Parts: sequence; C-alpha cells; structure tokens
Amino acid sequence: MYNEKVMDHFMNPRNVGEIEDAEAIGEVGNPRCGDIMRMYLKIDNNDVITDVKFKTYGCGSAIATSSMATEMIKGKTVKEALKLTNMAVVEALDGLPPAKVHCSVLAERAVKAAIYNYAKARNLMYEELEGFDPNDGHDHHHDHEEE
Amino acid sequence: MCTQFYFDYAATTPVKKEVLEEMLPFFNADFGNPSSIYNIGRRGKNAVDIARDRIAKTLNSKSEEIFFTGGGSESDNWAIKGVAFANRDKGNHIITSKIEHHAVLQTCKYLEREGFEVTYLSVDKYGLVSTDDLKNAIRDNTILISIMYANNEIGTIQPIKELAGIAKEKGIIFHTDAVQAYGNEIIDVEDLGIDLLSVSAHKIYGPKGVGALYIRKGTKIHKLIHGGGQEKMRRAGTENTPGIVGFGKAAEMAYENIEEHIERLTGLRDKLIDGIITKIEHTELNGHPTKRLPGNVNISFEFIEGEALLLSLDMEGIAASSGSACTSGSLNPSHVLTATGLTHEKAHGSLRLTLGDFTTEDEIDYVIEKLQPIVNRLRNMSPLYENVRGKDE
Repeated sequence: MYNEKVMDHFMNPRNVGEIEDAEAIGEVGNPRCGDIMRMYLKIDNNDVITDVKFKTYGCGSAIATSSMATEMIKGKTVKEALKLTNMAVVEALDGLPPAKVHCSVLAERAVKAAIYNYAKARNLMYEELEGFDPNDGHDHHHDHEEE
Repeated sequence: MCTQFYFDYAATTPVKKEVLEEMLPFFNADFGNPSSIYNIGRRGKNAVDIARDRIAKTLNSKSEEIFFTGGGSESDNWAIKGVAFANRDKGNHIITSKIEHHAVLQTCKYLEREGFEVTYLSVDKYGLVSTDDLKNAIRDNTILISIMYANNEIGTIQPIKELAGIAKEKGIIFHTDAVQAYGNEIIDVEDLGIDLLSVSAHKIYGPKGVGALYIRKGTKIHKLIHGGGQEKMRRAGTENTPGIVGFGKAAEMAYENIEEHIERLTGLRDKLIDGIITKIEHTELNGHPTKRLPGNVNISFEFIEGEALLLSLDMEGIAASSGSACTSGSLNPSHVLTATGLTHEKAHGSLRLTLGDFTTEDEIDYVIEKLQPIVNRLRNMSPLYENVRGKDE
C-alpha cells in the first residue's frame, strides 16, 4: 500500500529525537485521533533552521511525513519553512494512498506550530501564519460520519 | 517481505488441500447446473445435498434447515431483514449489541431508516452482553434478537444459550452471527435453542464467497434474493457448486477433531498472550481471558499506533490486524474496542493476532521475539511514551 520511499522513511526515519535548547517547539494532533507530532527547530540569528528533530505517535504515513518534512525544512529560513505544504511533503514521498493524505497535514501543521510559538515568544510577525491556530483541533478527519 | 507468519486466521483462512481436491471436479468435469435433470446436473445436485448434510451434522440441525448463501454477510442480511419484514405485523423492535459485525450493524441501521427501532445493547469491559440488559430491553413489539456468538476482534464468547433462552421464553426469534465461532466452538442449535445462525466457509479453510444460514423450521422469514427456485424457493440463484462442496468438506474436517483443535489453539493462544504481556510493558489484553475464541489474541500496546505496528510486523513477514482507525479505512478506531470502554488511544494501539490450524509453537516464539524491538522502536519515537518515562524516572 505504501511505496518504497514512504516505507524507507517509516522504517528509517530521519531526524527522530529532541533538541534540548530548541528555539521552536510545536506539537499538534491528539491521542484520540491516533496521531501526535512534535517538532523541534534550532534557529540561528539569520532565521535559518540549522537543525530539526521530531517525535511522532501515529501511523506509518504520519511517521514518514514527519521524517520527510524535517528533511525539507532543514537549512531553510523560517519564511521558507512556512511555505511547506502537506502536498509538497506527499510529493517528495512520491505519493501516499488517497486515504492517507490527511496524515500529511499534521506535518505541515507541526512545522507551523513550532514557528508560531517561536514568533509569539519573540513578537515576530509572519504573514504566512495569519489565521493559523495551533490549537485548532486536529479535526480534519472527524467532520463526517460513517455511513 | 512475503508473509511467512500468518496471524490473521480470523480474517480468512487458506483452503485446505483436501477441500480444494473435492471442489475441483465441479469447476469443469461436473459443471452441470444442479437444477438440470441430466446426469451432470444431478451430480451437482447430489454434491450440494451431501454438503448440506455435512453442515447440518456439525450444527445438529436438520439438512432442510441449512440454506446456502454467498457468505456470512449475506446470511446476516437475510436473517435480519428477512425476519424484520416478515414479522412487521407483530412489531418493529429489534435488539442487537454494540459489538456486532458490520454486516449486522449496518443492516440494523438500514432497518432503522425503514421504520424499525433498534436497541444496541452495551457490553462490559470484556465484551460480554448482560442477560439482565437483554431482559430489560425486550418490549411487547420486539420481533428479533441478534447477538453474535463470538466476536471477531476480541474473541469474546457470549452466553448464547442463556440469551437464546430469554428470547424463547418471550417467543422472540433469536439469530446469532456464528461466523467466527463456527469451527472453533461446539455448536448445537437444538441444545442452544437458536432460530437462525450465520456461518461462512472461508473462516474454516473453505473457499470465499460461500456461507450458510441455518433457519429453524417454522421461522417466519422473507427471502432476500428473489428469482429461481433454488434452496427450496428461499434463496434464488444457481448454486455455487464448487464453493458449496468445499464448504461441506471444510465443515466436516473442522468438526472431525474439534475438541483437539480447541485444546491445541487455546494452548498456543495463552502462550502468546502470556509471552507478550510478561515481556512487554504497558500492554493489556482486550476481551475475556477465558470466555474467548481459542485462536484469538488482542492486545493493546500503549503509546503506539496499530498501523505502524502492523507495517513493522509485515517487514518481518508477520501478518496481523489492528483496531486502529488507520487500518480500518474508517476514521474512528474499532467500535468493538471502544464499546468495551477502551480509550481511543488504547484502541488505536491494538493488535489482533489470530491463530489457526497451521500455526506452530515456533511461530508463536518468533512473534514474541520480533514484537519487543518493534514496540520499543515505535515507543522511542512517540511523544506519549516519553511523558510516561519522564514520570517513571
């Protein structure tokens, strides 16, 4: 059901772990939905993300998308990282089964949540974060009932 | 990696060699339509009759009370819709449980839209229906009670004789979905007092796409499939002769050594449960410890998600299943696990391993050995686990 690239990122995820002195930490999801993603970013004075780590509780695609997302934002500026979309992550993984695409939303949101906390603590404004609410429940897949 | 360690017998089973051999002639040499009067047609009819006798024998029913269907789901649909519509003049209330198979639950939901009322009985933490709850749910207009014999996910075996007895006392028709119990339990429809019972071939080493419904003589039921006069005018459609023949053989084989089968699987099951629970922390058995199908193991692993667990096991050649939302294609975790009071989180972390005739002790050891590092790896990635470790320290 998953392609080789997804399985590789699931079995050998990149950047798993924590960063103790991270400038930015963001967590999204909840255990009720079966997935939680926490993202740690090390950001230097030039707004460059020099290191990224993650911890994820979730299914194969949640873990694979976390791993891919960390690779995609490492070395990027904060502004560039904010442009990361879930579809870009899915594309980088050569695709996910349609039923699993929603898991990738979490990766995008985890990055945004980390930067949101970072910006808030430093009174920074990023137009990309306009309207973003890290606590906006992870309800993207609970809004329709089963037949 | 190819599946070398199959732990999903509750999903389906391989067709046994002896079963396949009996089936094969009916695909070509004896392909005749059982409704035809010439020789190869009659041969097909005889074979279907023999299969019916074999299945009747395993249930202690009369042969004429066994009706072949296209599988367990059809049997459930027929039993419930057939009884509901045939007895509408008597009432419109049906009682079932919250942990039924979707073939029962979705049929009941459909009937609710058609004007029937359905009570979904709760279960206790083991997945057991209470006889008092059933008694209290019965109304003057109750026409059908449908409670599964044994649950497909957690293996819990219901007190069917008591439940059927309550129905009988009130003159209410009693149906049970015995798809999982058949071939794993001794089932005597006379002793149990059951009116309708659904079974399926592919769970007992027979082919897919064939099942049966036991209908006690005199039970008022409409037909589900209209058409020709097959199955004593009650289930139309040219018989699936090879499938029915295979089902008959599989049923006969399943009950040849049923006591031995139950004893062997129970031993393996308990070894697997003990092995996992004692070796891996933060695990919990789902379902009842003893009122349980002999081949069913269902364990929740805290702090990890079931699909990730299944993928990792698959990489080691182990086939299993989970009640996690991510594996069901639906968006919520198993309705069975949540009905037993399990939190969504624990339901997401559930693993079902079901054993069967080809499971060996070595395979049990292999799974236990492989599970530990897999669970550790996923837990080390999980932010939930880290919180717990923090508290422990």
